[in-house]
Amino acid sequence: MIKLNINKTLHGAEGVMNLHANLNIKKGEFVALSGKSGSGKTTLLRILAGLEEVKGSIKVDEQAWLENDKSLPVQKREIGFVFQDYALFENMTVEKNLLFVKNDKKLAQHLLELTELDSLKNRYPNSLSGGQKQRVSICRALMKKPKILLLDEPLSALDPTMRSKLQNELLSLHKEFHTTTIMVSHDPSEIYRLANRIIVLQNGKVINDGSPKDVLLKTQGSQKFSFEGELLDIKKIDVIYVAIVAIGQQLVEVVVSSSEAKNLLLGDKVNLSTKAFVPMITQN
Amino acid sequence: MNYEPFIISFKLAALTAFILFCIALPLAWYLSQTSSRAKPFLEALTALPIVLPPSVLGFYILWALSYNSPIGAFFEDTFGIKLVFSFSGLVVASCFYSLPFMVQPLQNGFESIHKNMLEASYIAGKSKLRTIFFIALPNMKPAVITAVIVTFAHTVGEFGVVLMVGGSIPGETKVASVAIYEMVENMDYTSAHIYSAIMVGISFIVLLSVYIFNARQNRRLGL
Repeated sequence: MIKLNINKTLHGAEGVMNLHANLNIKKGEFVALSGKSGSGKTTLLRILAGLEEVKGSIKVDEQAWLENDKSLPVQKREIGFVFQDYALFENMTVEKNLLFVKNDKKLAQHLLELTELDSLKNRYPNSLSGGQKQRVSICRALMKKPKILLLDEPLSALDPTMRSKLQNELLSLHKEFHTTTIMVSHDPSEIYRLANRIIVLQNGKVINDGSPKDVLLKTQGSQKFSFEGELLDIKKIDVIYVAIVAIGQQLVEVVVSSSEAKNLLLGDKVNLSTKAFVPMITQN
Repeated sequence: MNYEPFIISFKLAALTAFILFCIALPLAWYLSQTSSRAKPFLEALTALPIVLPPSVLGFYILWALSYNSPIGAFFEDTFGIKLVFSFSGLVVASCFYSLPFMVQPLQNGFESIHKNMLEASYIAGKSKLRTIFFIALPNMKPAVITAVIVTFAHTVGEFGVVLMVGGSIPGETKVASVAIYEMVENMDYTSAHIYSAIMVGISFIVLLSVYIFNARQNRRLGL
């Protein structure tokens, strides 16, 4: 159980911002932290890790990590941290990277086998691919059997195939170790697959907190399909207007009326939805 | 041929490099990690020996180490060590003279280490000291080698400060560079030629080995 109530003034790209969070996270939960860049997600992770100075209180399993300006040093907090850029120890082999954290050869071997890194254990980090490096980084973070595993956009630098492979590995690792996990992610499908709770930050405030299904599914009311996309172009073809919208990796064409075309600006975030039109008759 | 001045030169350089490494390591680490307002002042202070004429440095050190100053008096009264015109005094003077050549490469080395790598070590539960010795230093070998060798070479090459603080006592403070100066003064050009050629040769070999080592390291790291 994590109880966290913190306040911190940040000097971000958009001026001064106040990061405030008051959260309770249950043991074993897999929480996704989402929100635009600069909303304070990474800072929140770093605060939990003890890498940033902050005012407030953090309590983990009845142990105070932060209370009345007394902060438990980062070395004493039982956390694992996976950085976006891996941050492996370049001077050590894959196996030594794990053993540096804790000299437990059995656990290291087990983790390396789980993530299919066994054959690479005597290689140095600079000879590994991005996906392999990130797996080493995840294994290294688990070596201490941490109470909390913090993942800062761990998969964002990887290609889609590697991403889904590592998502599966993260899932099976979470099933095996039941580590309370907090992951920064932008990818809705990743969040939906991995997390059982999503917290959305905006300008340093929590604006949404719930299950991924409730928060991420965009259909409301009687809409049957609804997609969020970016308006790329509007073309006039004879008498009709055709809008080109990018939804994820796909482009679609939609017919819009002339009044709609006037109100839309290129680059707008738009919602694309359809309703099934089924006339029904009911007796009064 | 008397090679004693060379032996004194190398003894002085090795001792200076060793002592300075111990002093400069915490200083360089502090400078690389701090964002304190005192940082530019400390940086300017450590860089001073590069720009000051050796005579200015020599004069101040001579004054500070002599019996007229509290430092010199303290050392002579408590330990019975005379710092002026002695080998110990030369070591002290060389440490001041070569300080920037040790601090600056080490500081650059520490600054080149990715912050996340150090943080990953703290998160792994390792102290700052362990992080410096097991993570930072092994990942900046070229910087360490450059710092130690250049400090060594620079101390071998010093002349002005050594002459002012140490004088030219054979077997005690007469280093190679001072010996050459005296040979030229006495018009003993043959010995001066031999001594100078040896200095050029050794210096070149030392610097060449540093550059070869660093090129190999960079190739290994794929830079």
